[in-house]
Amino acid sequence: LSAGAATAAFLPMQVNAAADDAIAAFTGGAEVTDGGVDLVAPEIAENGNTVPIEVSAEGAASIMLIASGNPTPGVATFNFGKLAGAHTASTRIRLAGTQDVVAIAKMADGSFKRASANVKVTIGGCGG
Amino acid sequence: GNWARLAAQQSLTQDQLLDFDTFGNVTLIHITDLHAQLKPIYFREPEINLGVGEVAGKVPHITGADFRKLYGIEDGSPSHYALTYNDFTALAKTYGRVGGLDRCATVINSIRAARPDALLLDGGDTWHGSYTCYHTEGQDVVDAMSLLKPDAMTFHWEFTLGSDRVRELVDGLGFPALGQNIFDAEWDEPSEDFAPYQMFERGGTKIAVIGQAFPYMPIANPGWMFPEYSFGIRDQRMQEMVDEVRAQGAELVVCLSHNGFDVDRKMASRVSGIDVILAGHTHDALPEPVLVGETIIVASGSNGKFISRVDLDVRDGRMMGFRHKLIPIFADVIEPDAEVAANIDASRAPFEAELTEVIGKTDSLLYRRGNFNGTWDDLICDALISERDADIAMSPGVRWGPSVLPGQDITREDIFNVTSMTYGKAYRSEMTGEFIHTIMEDVGDNLFNTDPYYQQGGDMVRIGGMGYRIDVSKPMGSRISEMTLLKTGELIDPSKTYVVAGWASVNEGTEGPQIWDVVENHVRRQGTISLTPNTSVKVTGA
Amino acid sequence: MADNVKPRVKVPRSASAGESVLLKTLISHPMESGQRKDSDGNPIPRSIINRFTCDFNGENVIDATLEPAVSTNPFIEFEAVVPEAGEFVFTWYDDDGSVYTDTKAIAVS
Ligand SMILES: [Mn+2]
Ligand SMILES: [Mn+2]
Repeated sequence: LSAGAATAAFLPMQVNAAADDAIAAFTGGAEVTDGGVDLVAPEIAENGNTVPIEVSAEGAASIMLIASGNPTPGVATFNFGKLAGAHTASTRIRLAGTQDVVAIAKMADGSFKRASANVKVTIGGCGG
Repeated sequence: GNWARLAAQQSLTQDQLLDFDTFGNVTLIHITDLHAQLKPIYFREPEINLGVGEVAGKVPHITGADFRKLYGIEDGSPSHYALTYNDFTALAKTYGRVGGLDRCATVINSIRAARPDALLLDGGDTWHGSYTCYHTEGQDVVDAMSLLKPDAMTFHWEFTLGSDRVRELVDGLGFPALGQNIFDAEWDEPSEDFAPYQMFERGGTKIAVIGQAFPYMPIANPGWMFPEYSFGIRDQRMQEMVDEVRAQGAELVVCLSHNGFDVDRKMASRVSGIDVILAGHTHDALPEPVLVGETIIVASGSNGKFISRVDLDVRDGRMMGFRHKLIPIFADVIEPDAEVAANIDASRAPFEAELTEVIGKTDSLLYRRGNFNGTWDDLICDALISERDADIAMSPGVRWGPSVLPGQDITREDIFNVTSMTYGKAYRSEMTGEFIHTIMEDVGDNLFNTDPYYQQGGDMVRIGGMGYRIDVSKPMGSRISEMTLLKTGELIDPSKTYVVAGWASVNEGTEGPQIWDVVENHVRRQGTISLTPNTSVKVTGA
Repeated sequence: MADNVKPRVKVPRSASAGESVLLKTLISHPMESGQRKDSDGNPIPRSIINRFTCDFNGENVIDATLEPAVSTNPFIEFEAVVPEAGEFVFTWYDDDGSVYTDTKAIAVS
């Protein structure tokens, strides 16, 4: 149990309205369909300050990552160039609490696809 | 009850405990979660071990009389004493202490006499949990274990010695330190310090042992003590490793796991090709393996109380059958191995005066294991409240810690056995009622989430000074209600601030006296410990 | 400006022509989010790596926009097609105007 510090909130975060705004800005309001994007995230973050996230979408021109519950939801946007191999990227991100991480892929034909993954950020601390 | 008298009528011999019809061509010997208990101890099994979701009512979530009925265990029998909690004090007086690594050595030697090339596999949580282990940074246990000549091990609490010390001890082991899920945190690549698996040739067959370290190490324990490593379940990579060893000709695939039982059960359903999972971490002791598809899961208890023997018939590249025995280590029945006994005594000698100093006495049975407060936890919480002048105390729901019988002295060794750790500082801080609720919900979800991959294998945080109601069937955020400050009888006010004392914070830089000193001072002041039954936690939904 | 900013990359020594290879990059950087306060309660100004690019022989592989939610010591892993022998150029752009680069050659076998 790590109850020494009493600041952060660990209950599931509400979706920040700014997350929807960021997605709308990326898609220009176009329709976003589920599927066609793989988002790999841990079930439980080992450390909320550095959560490994991997995203891939074959045929994507770019992929935007959103931490839907962070006070500032934007994380990163990967734009794939001519020499991109598989359209995949991994990075490590900060999550302010348990929430959905969302990936929006802009496909070469201008359509948008989406995936999300719930990541639990826990106080932790007890064990066998 | 009458069980003690029944028990006294049954004689128990070493030959009975070791009796086994050697079977097939391969033998595995499993010991796990020793928690540095080199000497015989008492250890009471849990009364409450709730399963949720798909595992509700399944082993290991069955205790007491239901457990005995399930396995046909006679009341008052040695198995009753070893595997269930009822009438513990009376049966303990009849059957005596359990465990002791010197007794374990005798059992292992006897198995090796029947099967010289048996594999001895250590499931981890070995180098943690006693006064001497703390003061020698694991050396006493490493030295004693080396006499047993293990063939491989995996890890959990070992990492709380700090990664430098872990690497130092691993370098000197002389047998493989395994963990397919131990990764280099910086580059996210398999760690070069721990092999994923080891191949063996035994009984004319190729055997692969794949290690699985505790997946939630940096969450359940202080990640800052081993920042260069990352863990996780990584069941996809487990599948890759199984496929890899099969491609190398492995005819038997054994997973030496520290996942915890429910995580192992789920992993067995997602990864194909594992014949045997040797389960650890959740400290369950089961008299029969649990079958998941074609995988058998073997659970071997904790604290040196049991050793599992699994004989396997491996032919034509596959496991054709098995025979299994969970061997209870009755310390008064099994002859200690002289070499191991001498080694243990020698490593204890420099500390003998400190270890045996009597701090107080107990009129109550002191035990820990169970989903909610045991009496040891109540004693620790009482100590935190009185010595640290707090409203509320929090003590971690760890599953280690031997028992002390009514009428026994409490020695310094006993106190260390239930508190020893490298981050034992007893903090004192102010928390709002809302934050206390958040902690309770968070820890509750680590135990009662219906998806085993979200469980960390500990028990509920132990609370002193506060009562509460928990509905284990509810989702996170709505399990905990009616939090009540016991000293006033008032409901906890979310916006009010309370003084909370606790220990085992995973945060770096936590300040306060060591928990064992807090408990020692309290026991000294009390003289004799007498605890009233704790009825402050109301459990529903099970 | 951030101190001791040091980029590191992992690139295979060689690949076959047209093969896709895995590249890993790390740069030591605090990624100060702009949302934290110092011990006196004053906001600590934002200072992050806001863009990362990788090019191979003048052709783009990836161009990433990074925001304050990216962790300290940003790690980025991705794949690149290697049509011929040549050189990868990795570039990190700091809020303070600093630009850090690293290069790695790859042979084609
Ligand atoms: Mn354990
Ligand atoms: Mn463990």
